[in-house]
Amino acid sequence: MWENVDAVLLARIQFAFTVSFHFLFPAFTIGLASFLAVLNALWLWTKQEHYLDLFRYWVKIFALAFAMGVVSGIVMSYQFGTNWSVFSDKAGPVIGAPMAYEVLSAFFLEAGFLGIMLFGRERVGPGLHMAATLMVAVGTFISAFWILSVNSWMHTPAGFMVDPETGQFLPTDFWKVIFNPSFPYRLAHTVTAAYLTTAFIVGGVGAFHLLRRRKEGAEPSKATRTMFSMAMWMAAIVAPIQIFLGDQHGLNTLEYQPAKVMAMEGHYESHPDGAPLYLFGIPNDEEQRLDYAIGIPKLSSLILKHGWNEPLDGLDTIPDGDQPPVGIVFWSFRVMVALGFAMMGLGLWSLWARYRGRLFYWPWLHRAAVAMGPSGLIAVLAGWITTEVGRQPFTVYGLLRTADSAAPLDAPAVGASLIAFIVVYFAVFGAGTFYILRLMSRPPVPHEPPLKAEATGPTRAAGITTVRRE
Amino acid sequence: MPIVSDISFDLTTIWAGIIALAVLIYVVLDGFDLGLGILFATERKKENRDIMMNSVAPVWDGNETWLVLGGGGLLAAFPLAYGVILSALYIPIIVMLLALILRGVSFEFRWKADTGRWIWDAAFIGGSTLAAFAQGVTLGGLLQGISVDEAARQYSGGWWDWLSPFSMFVGLAVVVGYALLGATWLVMKTTGDLQERMRTRAWHLGIATVIFIGSVSIWSPILQDGYFYRWFEGWHILWAVAVAMIVLGLAWALFRALHVHRHDHWPFFASLGLFVVTFAGLGLTMYPYIIPTTVTIYEAAAPRQSQIFMLIGAGFLIPIILGYTAYAYYVFRGKIDVDTGYH
Repeated sequence: MWENVDAVLLARIQFAFTVSFHFLFPAFTIGLASFLAVLNALWLWTKQEHYLDLFRYWVKIFALAFAMGVVSGIVMSYQFGTNWSVFSDKAGPVIGAPMAYEVLSAFFLEAGFLGIMLFGRERVGPGLHMAATLMVAVGTFISAFWILSVNSWMHTPAGFMVDPETGQFLPTDFWKVIFNPSFPYRLAHTVTAAYLTTAFIVGGVGAFHLLRRRKEGAEPSKATRTMFSMAMWMAAIVAPIQIFLGDQHGLNTLEYQPAKVMAMEGHYESHPDGAPLYLFGIPNDEEQRLDYAIGIPKLSSLILKHGWNEPLDGLDTIPDGDQPPVGIVFWSFRVMVALGFAMMGLGLWSLWARYRGRLFYWPWLHRAAVAMGPSGLIAVLAGWITTEVGRQPFTVYGLLRTADSAAPLDAPAVGASLIAFIVVYFAVFGAGTFYILRLMSRPPVPHEPPLKAEATGPTRAAGITTVRRE
Repeated sequence: MPIVSDISFDLTTIWAGIIALAVLIYVVLDGFDLGLGILFATERKKENRDIMMNSVAPVWDGNETWLVLGGGGLLAAFPLAYGVILSALYIPIIVMLLALILRGVSFEFRWKADTGRWIWDAAFIGGSTLAAFAQGVTLGGLLQGISVDEAARQYSGGWWDWLSPFSMFVGLAVVVGYALLGATWLVMKTTGDLQERMRTRAWHLGIATVIFIGSVSIWSPILQDGYFYRWFEGWHILWAVAVAMIVLGLAWALFRALHVHRHDHWPFFASLGLFVVTFAGLGLTMYPYIIPTTVTIYEAAAPRQSQIFMLIGAGFLIPIILGYTAYAYYVFRGKIDVDTGYH
């Protein structure tokens, strides 16, 4: 069954599958943790009940999403060794340290304070509870900092030398390793993406309940209006910033990984006097050309080089063996950009609606917001695929090939585990998504019950009471 | 030059100690956590299962973070060992990860399911048991030795090499040992009938655990000559006798605490003692190898600059982590009581 299957390809599919699934949860919880901290602070500051109701509404969803992020994350910390042992041995001396720092400074912080954030309000008092909520939010950010630093190093390695005996990468300057050339751009672009992802999910849920109340002929609740309004402010302000950050990140990529940008743009051929911006086309790797291309002349040169007639090299300058697969990168990039502009469009529409006083009374706006609810998750995955597939055929860009990074495993071992991962992930995370959607389909209500008094029973620490021993 | 090599010698030993400490903390913390999941099968009533799960619910993901530190720390401090061990023990590791997913999400999903609660009860029992078994098989597979292609710096065996009567036996031993930790944890955290039943189970599991410890201690030196010399050659046998005496002493203390003094806390600490002594024994058995019997900690160690950079963070952060972990346990201290609880 596995005779003709390449074990490295299976290992790549397995890693792509497990990391994509995992990435969806932090992409949502990074923003949600901050949103919860803001809601809790607003409640403590203003004492307006609907902020507490919103906190309690979203914290239930957070608990579920966070648990799924934790268990799918444990897999990631072992996949490097199980499937990419040669990469681990070679790059471990450099990337191991920042990853260990992620565990020590972020994972423990989140896990340590999560219980108190979820159930400890009465046990520790409002001040410490606020502090615990902040710790969880800060933890998610620290985690993003370290893991994106490691990821960026694989794209733009710096601060190392190669040991001629073992072939290992040895750190010479950890400052340069951590703050490698693509890291600031990637961090800003990815964290902003996480905030936008949360904003559109919150906005979609708010819009859903606005539509439902309208159908029932009732006024929407204060809590529903507040969450929709907050989400739309985020969309209007952050989506344009994100487009700017994405442009900056792209210029950085052009400098350090030009082949990736060529694949994103579909530039098989060099353009000595101004390159077109292709809007559509079918990449054809074998013939090295873009079929059915529709493009705007010279616009690509203007965006990337800030001049109509600036020359741009194409993939014809890159040896065949060093080219990334163009089809995937070309299309995932277009999906991400299109969603980015759609997000900005919805944000601008909401500003217009707000100005006209129709923010809560414009069904088409709300329908659009519901449709855009998962747009952040899709955009984040599309962006991730663009950058990671665009790094191929290398794990450490230009230095270590993917084919030379894999563990010495037989195809049946990797194939069997891949099937097991697919079955378990779809069953478990499918069920989890169902439970989350069910929670979202219920509107936030005044005096929203806290986690431990929930009708269907307590989560985590709920139901625990202290009885002192005599 | 001698000074420099002395420092790097020390750093490698320190890092082996830190990784060992992370694994030990993981084993005792997630040990009672997984053990409780194993014992879930023996309690049918929903109320009792709620109490059992609630007793670890606020701390389980903190417990599992130590497993991530074990993995992440190994990658950082001994990258060669991380790559070789995980690819050699591919199947048990993947099984453990999938089992941990199933039991981990059960903590949340069990309360969200209406008619499907039995699914997540089964996932909790099956996931906990399988994760414990896979961890034991991993330990057994490591102890019996892993073949390494030292020139290519990678694993050189097949993907079923770990499978042996010995590794299966160690798998069973860990399931029984974790169940003992779970039972004594519940003696500490519960009252009434549930606590009584756990007292009885703890004693049976305690006897079984000691038998397993003895069997593995005799079996592994037969498997590897190096282990035999370490424990039974010449005066080294005194060490073996001393460790055996401590294990028997702790078993005696466990029995006294359970049934003579009918104490709530001490059975748990006596069981922890059994794990600490066994773990120390395993460490002595393997040292200085990190992959028995081919690669030593010095051969697998990350370069000195990596060790130093991480040690700064670890030395500063681990005490803080231990501090707030202890605080979280303190906040959720005491008995889980049926009557005054949620139900």
